[in-house]
Amino acid sequence: MKAGGKTFLERVASSNPAISALVVLLGFLCGTLLVIAVGKDPLNMYRAIFQVLTGWDLTRGTWNSRYIGEWLVASVPLILCGLSMGFAARTGLFNIGGEGQYIVGLTAAQFVALLGPQVPVLHWILAVTAAMSAAALWGGIVGYLKARYSVSEVVATIMMNYIAFFASRYLTQLIPGTNTYKTPNFPETARLANDWLLDLTNKSRLNNGLFIALLAVLFFWFIMEKTRTGFALRATGFNKDAARYGGIDVTKNLVLAMAISGMFAGLAGAIVSLGSFSYGRVLGGMDGYGFTGIAVALVGNSTAPGTLISGLLFGMLQSAQPLMQSRQIPKEVTYIISGLVVVFISLRAGFGLILEARSKQRARKEATRDE
Amino acid sequence: MENHAIEMLGITKVFPGVVANDDITLRVRENEVHALLGENGAGKSTLMSILFGLYEADGGRILVRGKPATIRDPNDANALGIGMVHQHFKLVHNYTVTENIVLGLEPRSRAGNVDLASAGKKVAALSSLYNLDVDPKARIETISVGMQQRVEILKILYRDADILIFDEPTAVLTPQEVDELMGILKRLRAEGKTIVLITHKLGEIKSAADRCTVLRRGKVIGTVDVAATSEERMAEMMVGRIVQFRIDKGAARIGPVVLSVRGLTVRNAKGFAALSDFDLEVRAGEVVGIAGVDGNGQTELIQAITGLTEPDSGTILLKGRDITRMSIRERIALGVGHVPEDRHKHGLVLKFRLDENLALKTFGRPPFSGALGLLNFRKIAEHALEMIRQFDIRAGEGPATKASSMSGGNQQKAIIAREIDLSPELLVVAQPTRGLDVGAIEYIHKRIVEERDKGRAVLLVSLELDEVMALCDRIAAISKGRIVGIVDALGASEREIGAMMGGHRAPGQTDPGAGASGTGGAA
Repeated sequence: MKAGGKTFLERVASSNPAISALVVLLGFLCGTLLVIAVGKDPLNMYRAIFQVLTGWDLTRGTWNSRYIGEWLVASVPLILCGLSMGFAARTGLFNIGGEGQYIVGLTAAQFVALLGPQVPVLHWILAVTAAMSAAALWGGIVGYLKARYSVSEVVATIMMNYIAFFASRYLTQLIPGTNTYKTPNFPETARLANDWLLDLTNKSRLNNGLFIALLAVLFFWFIMEKTRTGFALRATGFNKDAARYGGIDVTKNLVLAMAISGMFAGLAGAIVSLGSFSYGRVLGGMDGYGFTGIAVALVGNSTAPGTLISGLLFGMLQSAQPLMQSRQIPKEVTYIISGLVVVFISLRAGFGLILEARSKQRARKEATRDE
Repeated sequence: MENHAIEMLGITKVFPGVVANDDITLRVRENEVHALLGENGAGKSTLMSILFGLYEADGGRILVRGKPATIRDPNDANALGIGMVHQHFKLVHNYTVTENIVLGLEPRSRAGNVDLASAGKKVAALSSLYNLDVDPKARIETISVGMQQRVEILKILYRDADILIFDEPTAVLTPQEVDELMGILKRLRAEGKTIVLITHKLGEIKSAADRCTVLRRGKVIGTVDVAATSEERMAEMMVGRIVQFRIDKGAARIGPVVLSVRGLTVRNAKGFAALSDFDLEVRAGEVVGIAGVDGNGQTELIQAITGLTEPDSGTILLKGRDITRMSIRERIALGVGHVPEDRHKHGLVLKFRLDENLALKTFGRPPFSGALGLLNFRKIAEHALEMIRQFDIRAGEGPATKASSMSGGNQQKAIIAREIDLSPELLVVAQPTRGLDVGAIEYIHKRIVEERDKGRAVLLVSLELDEVMALCDRIAAISKGRIVGIVDALGASEREIGAMMGGHRAPGQTDPGAGASGTGGAA
């Protein structure tokens, strides 16, 4: 029987990027209605967002590129933590440990920044490499436990988040000159600051981390889509039994996937620490990038380009908060929008059911017309 | 004699993209055994599900004993005296026979607690009336599959059904149990019951049914009197063309030993020896078949040979090389091809494209992977096109077709293509035609015989005794994880092999270490 032309809805439902776009629009629609419901002008919300994206302040008619820089600064760790979640998800793993891996990376970077050799360029490269390696190890342990002893990665990563957090606090306080919340200042050689970006964005905190994140997106795409390693990882993610049957070493791939996943989160930790701060922190609480990364990956469908865009979106919501508040829009609206987006994304299965029922109806009509 | 127990008139049922039942009319007379014959996907199960209230028809009427009936769910069907023995039993394993039978209809004593004693008496009475020989106090997990089926029958009889639907009842039975079931069907008819038998096996229809309605692609082809119709004629009605029952194959040109299994013992997850002290040899140019009832160690044997399971003891030699502890990848490289028994679990990555699935075992080496581990997608797609051509795989979007959107027959062809393309020394084939239609079965059989004629060693495991008999040169019967006997396929009778599958050594067999009374947990 001929399937006939697809309806617009079916075409949207069969395309993951289209669903994500639809879901984001829905989220904004609800957010707008909410702002109206509490008696504020929703246009102010969009003016704040416009200012984040372009630097133009429509109320005053001024332009300041620093807003763009701050938007990108906020987006970088979200993109990286999204890649972390996404890489594991593509291999069939649910990595809730992005936050812990982020903390491990951040801590390792701080140590190398304070204790490493103060050689220009080499110093921060060493610090970033240390962060990636430590976080890869942290993630890899979970992969090994999963592959070798069938320990649920969900439980293991949640618990390892706390181990990472408290270990980071304890170890950082051992650094000489550290008080209860900060270490001495980093030497300049360890920082990721970039004078050119500083000029370009009117002294925002934007730094070399932006380029590192873009390289990470490329790396994700290349490994996942273009190499045999990616093939093995994706096969493992879709069907572990078939992968094993096909001669793929599932154990190795689970460890590898978690290690690379951890590496991305660790990179985020290093960039936040060496890019946005001039001193090491004794963490007082979790930064939350690792958790937001889960939402970023969900909206980005765990692909490299999707995660990049979705990370920029979440970064935009985050850096629009202060601008919204200055326009009397409660900043909580941004949390509601991002929350709704995640809820709608999770409803994808529901969309599928509705469409199935529709196509069933259509098939019935066609069948009766044939007679 | 024109009293009809059931009349289904002009039944139409549409699923997305498929008309499963297209204006089907089925008339079942009172007190007859009426067979419903058709290939997989012909619409038999859909039609019976409508009668049993599991699906709602999109068009048509149902009359039960001449009266119009509305059947919305199985409770309506039960109220009309219609009962169904499903292909997959619906029994609670740690309950007794009686408990299972009364489930949902528990008789209450005056104090309000369940009165199992009186229920047990009724079950025992029914059991002896129909010669079912079921122990009402036995626990389900301790009785054989054949017995479990009888419990399902009792469940229906207990609910006073007089129209009984059997959905592919022999799929899980040994040949002896099949014979016994045929006897039970006759007994049920003698007691005045009406029976609808869903099947695609012609032999069963010949031995038990009075009339037969043949379905093909959702339409009724005709209703025939079984006694006056040949099996060939019914097969032709079912398939739509003349079917060759015999597989053309010449004499085997047997070469040296390729696979040698010695003293293999595999324990299952519960620690029972699913396979114990198992010996087998497969030589180049022959097909060796393993005949046995499901769950007697076949799965463990295949998984040990292909590397999915690690054996507890024993050795597996491929052309004299010990592969017992080798990785799966090494075995593939040495030439072990494997058509797995569960094509969705092991055979395919359903969310992958067809071309990716066809490269599932070879993506890591040239020409599919180049320097730096880069994949060559062009080569992967070209290879898929070649496989599609050679093996007649029907896929709507060519190499880019999602495996999940292909039909079962074409999925299986893709797996066979991939495994044969590896040009393996040893081809291990498990259940190659399960759930496929006659056309695909013929094709796959032909390909397996071709591999044998090319001088490959083929090990075939199938639960279909017909298939084993038709394809193999030698047949090893397996029971409780041990070989009961090995016979030449030429001159072997179904009875003889059936007896061995039941654990009884055939006369004249002197196979050492094949004690028929194993205590393994392979029940």
